[in-house]
Amino acid sequence: MIKNRFLSVLAVTFAAIYSGQAAAQSIVLASTTSVESSGLLTKILPQFTAKSGITVRVVAQGTGKALDTARRGDADILLVHDPDAEQQFMDEGHGGRRRQIAWNDFIIVGPAADPAHVRGGNDGVAALQAIALARAPFVSRGDNSGTHAIEVRLWKIAGKVPDALSLEKWYRDIGGGMGQALNAAGAMNAYTLTDRGTWLSFNNKGSLGIAVEGDPRLINRYDVIELDPQKNPTAKLGPAKIFADWLVSPEGQQAIGAYQENGERLFNPSAEKPR
Amino acid sequence: MGDFFGIVGLSIGVSVAATAIAAAISLPLGTALAIFPFRARRLLVVLVNAFFGLPPVVVGLILYLALSRSGPLGFLELLFTPAAMVAAQAILATPIMTALVHRASERAWARYGDELICDGASRIQAIPQILRIIRAELLTAALAGFGRTISEVGAVILVGGNIRGLTRTMTTAIALQTSQGELSLALALGAVLIGISISISATVFALAGSARTAGSDET
Repeated sequence: MIKNRFLSVLAVTFAAIYSGQAAAQSIVLASTTSVESSGLLTKILPQFTAKSGITVRVVAQGTGKALDTARRGDADILLVHDPDAEQQFMDEGHGGRRRQIAWNDFIIVGPAADPAHVRGGNDGVAALQAIALARAPFVSRGDNSGTHAIEVRLWKIAGKVPDALSLEKWYRDIGGGMGQALNAAGAMNAYTLTDRGTWLSFNNKGSLGIAVEGDPRLINRYDVIELDPQKNPTAKLGPAKIFADWLVSPEGQQAIGAYQENGERLFNPSAEKPR
Repeated sequence: MGDFFGIVGLSIGVSVAATAIAAAISLPLGTALAIFPFRARRLLVVLVNAFFGLPPVVVGLILYLALSRSGPLGFLELLFTPAAMVAAQAILATPIMTALVHRASERAWARYGDELICDGASRIQAIPQILRIIRAELLTAALAGFGRTISEVGAVILVGGNIRGLTRTMTTAIALQTSQGELSLALALGAVLIGISISISATVFALAGSARTAGSDET
């Protein structure tokens, strides 16, 4: 009796799962965390689905892991933001077509007390040097994401080796996503590097404020990458292409540009004029 | 709001399915471990108890690699689906439930084993008898399994991918809300999760209570 009830619950659950899978076309998008946690995809995907009938299933992972997910064949398309890692992905032959869809910038945020006296600056490298000199707490993503990559690049220009920094008490490698890093920085009165999209939509800023912005080295480019058909025979490349084409189309670009938080635009569409 | 009910429904559905699968394995296995003497038995019991502490992220990672399209089970195309989450949860719940069933069966077997054998039952036939005797403990085992599954986040976020409208459960939604700095929303969802856990175990205990009363009428 009890067993029968268990079995019927099982049957119903699996029926629900499989009917869900059979319904309509869907693709798996492996993406950086920032396009998800900033709310961009939540905003624009319904418009795409309404037009195309294709459901986009977003797995938000950070650029490094997203590229790996595609290498393993578990994604149909990519939305990422680490030019160097993307180039390597293309060189390996995994990628098909790579197009820029939008840009914004990275900023350094920090506590109101500003122990390193970097607020109001526009030189990211000088700011990191000041933070290191003051031994002020700094939160590193440490997760091989696009944001982590730019952070490491800046530290190197500043003359610091990230591996050596990890031994310093003020340098805190949390190995987590952007939101986790912002939560941690807020709690520890630390500086951290963040993309502007996640920052603007983040709701637990505490005493954190923008310390450094406007450094041309801190540009943040978002690319959509279609996969190579030979390397990825099982990927749903047809519907994936429809999605990529929509993102760079006037309609998709308009949807991206229309996304605002408190009157500020989070992503600047740039398919026409890549930055 | 539609999202909310979908998330709650998926959490409960996945956990119930996983607990059911774990029950189908652990009920016969736990009892068999108690009543069949064989050489590797102690080792198996120790292993089952050790797997209590199976780290969910490790289970998630192994299942992730297995279900990946380039992995051995990739042809099933289960990665990033609720079915993968059910599988992960069932793997996590099975050792706990098996150990609890085993412990209760051992006690029941020590007490009633000779009688059952004297009545002419084979050891195989004794399994359902033992399970009947320990049905109250089975409930505890099922609730322990359900508790392990509904509260878990490490494995489901790996194999499910936390996809909105498809594999987002209460725990993965809480993780996401937290990462967006929406701490009060995350906390509210956490309260709902705890409320659901409490009401489910209360309901099960109420049902069990009435079942036991009905059973005593028979005798």
